[in-house]
Amino acid sequence: MINAVGRELPEKIGNYVVKPFMGIGKAVDDLPPVVSKRRPSLRPESGTKLLPTLEDAIKACGLKDGMTISFHHCFREGDMVIGQVLTAIRGLGIKNLRFAPSAVVNIKNPSVTEFVKDGTITNIEASGIRGELGDAVIDGLMENPVILRPHGSRPRAIESGDLMIDVAFLGASAADEYGNATGQIGPNACGSMGYAFVDAHNAGKVVIVTDNLVDYPCAPISISQQYVDYVVKVDQAGDPAKIGAGAARITKNPRDLMIAKRTVDVIAASRMFRQGFSFQTGAGAIAIACTNFLSERMEEAGITASFALGGIPAAIIDMYKKGQVRVVACSQSFDAVAAKAIVECPGVIEIDNAVYSNMYSKGCMLDKLNFGVLGALEVDTDFNINILTGSSGEMMGGLGGGPDVADGADISIVTLPVVRGRTPSIVPKVFTCCTPGTSVAVVVTEAGVALNPKHKYYEELKEDLTAANVKLVDIQDLCELARSIVGTPKPIECTDKIVAVVEYRDGTVIDVIRQIKR
Amino acid sequence: MALNIKQTAVAGTMESSDVMVTVKPAEGQGLVIHLQSNVLTTFGDQIRATVQEVFSDFGIRDAEVFLVDKGAIDCVIRARVQAAICRASGEGFNWKGEDK
Repeated sequence: MINAVGRELPEKIGNYVVKPFMGIGKAVDDLPPVVSKRRPSLRPESGTKLLPTLEDAIKACGLKDGMTISFHHCFREGDMVIGQVLTAIRGLGIKNLRFAPSAVVNIKNPSVTEFVKDGTITNIEASGIRGELGDAVIDGLMENPVILRPHGSRPRAIESGDLMIDVAFLGASAADEYGNATGQIGPNACGSMGYAFVDAHNAGKVVIVTDNLVDYPCAPISISQQYVDYVVKVDQAGDPAKIGAGAARITKNPRDLMIAKRTVDVIAASRMFRQGFSFQTGAGAIAIACTNFLSERMEEAGITASFALGGIPAAIIDMYKKGQVRVVACSQSFDAVAAKAIVECPGVIEIDNAVYSNMYSKGCMLDKLNFGVLGALEVDTDFNINILTGSSGEMMGGLGGGPDVADGADISIVTLPVVRGRTPSIVPKVFTCCTPGTSVAVVVTEAGVALNPKHKYYEELKEDLTAANVKLVDIQDLCELARSIVGTPKPIECTDKIVAVVEYRDGTVIDVIRQIKR
Repeated sequence: MALNIKQTAVAGTMESSDVMVTVKPAEGQGLVIHLQSNVLTTFGDQIRATVQEVFSDFGIRDAEVFLVDKGAIDCVIRARVQAAICRASGEGFNWKGEDK
């Protein structure tokens, strides 16, 4: 069958029943009650939830072959919880697990790949699989396809029963022996634990793993004791140098600066750029530069924003401290400055990822967003976005909240250069479709700004940008420009084996990734 | 004018968007191309064709060429290969020829 973005899909992939993407807002689910594995439980007889080792906690949770385990990715590449827990599980001889972290970050020593190769893990569901594991998966490492979901779709999947978590192992930079936990304080603070809430609320058993046991009660409390079964203290839960050392420096790349400046030209030209507007810019090089230019432009215009949303870098905290943003809602903190700000600044708040992005909640914060700035690997002439696979079909990134932001924000702006090295970024057809073009309003490149004629704000934007003398180009011309610089790449050949399923935020399948033919 | 590859010579860098080309003598072995590229899947064939074309323009049949490509576009590959050939043959580049 063919879905609404023209992708050919099978009816079933192993045991996975494919619900094709029908278009935004077209999913036909009659929404049944929320499903949860959480059970009522009495207070521990021993008076404490603290167990001596991870092995003890795994046994106490009753983890068995074939169950589903989950983790959050708030420690990013500095995560030291996943490796220790998987090693302990392997030591107990438990196999065939479904590994369902909020994202698979590129952890090394041990790498997740080892646990796939030895059969500890046989299924993966996450928002992205980078690095070594991603390369291995796309070369056909796993028998079962990896299921990739954008951030907004993970709480949806958990609460709908698509992803039932047996045991959640949640790293925390501070916790007490009764299970109250946070990422905001301690030597290895990661800031917001936004991706841990849905797991804590819905897993069958919840284990807090911390390297910083504090006196009862821990304060602040992110994850509450009422959801927590066990607490384990390990020597180290995170590597602060890799969690996000300091503020990212501003790029000096003139092309990226030009794209960032032009993006802010687009925002400032829009009639939605007014007192109390809201935005999300993200953490890439172009995004950080955008944030800084936006701050200048707001100062000139004499306006302030009501809120900034999503994964938060230091650049946004700077704006908060200057009084330019009233509330900073952090589903994740991208660096040490942002991590500390939640404790230091009353308007910088930790939010549950479901509050950030779940379209099947009673309204998520993305719904209130005016401008969303997104990065991409490829955009095609239908404005579809690829944020997963690189020029040779390799796994390059994760879905993150990109598809959610594009749909939720009034005006979604994709920023990218026309070519990267010899790889064209504006192409006739993206290799992997992650975000449907109908949700993308603007593409900003160094060669000009292209508006999507099918977007709901097209007429309004065209009028505003024309009035502000922003140079508009046709997306077809950008595509042709890219081709004229680098030539036409040979199409990537794939086998019939599906290695990954790409779900849209409503749980339908927007694309699949097939094994690359070598 | 047919040139002879007399010695090993290098042109280019390992920077992004560049290619490092090494040309070595290979008497009687034809043109042997060793290509490493981060766009091998998508542009490997085109890069090889460009290298062959440049060697053919110089009338060179025998040489061993090593390319470490970091996503160079066609005109860059062409220029680096030309420079490596001129250095390996000890001949200056015929700039007038470029205008034809």
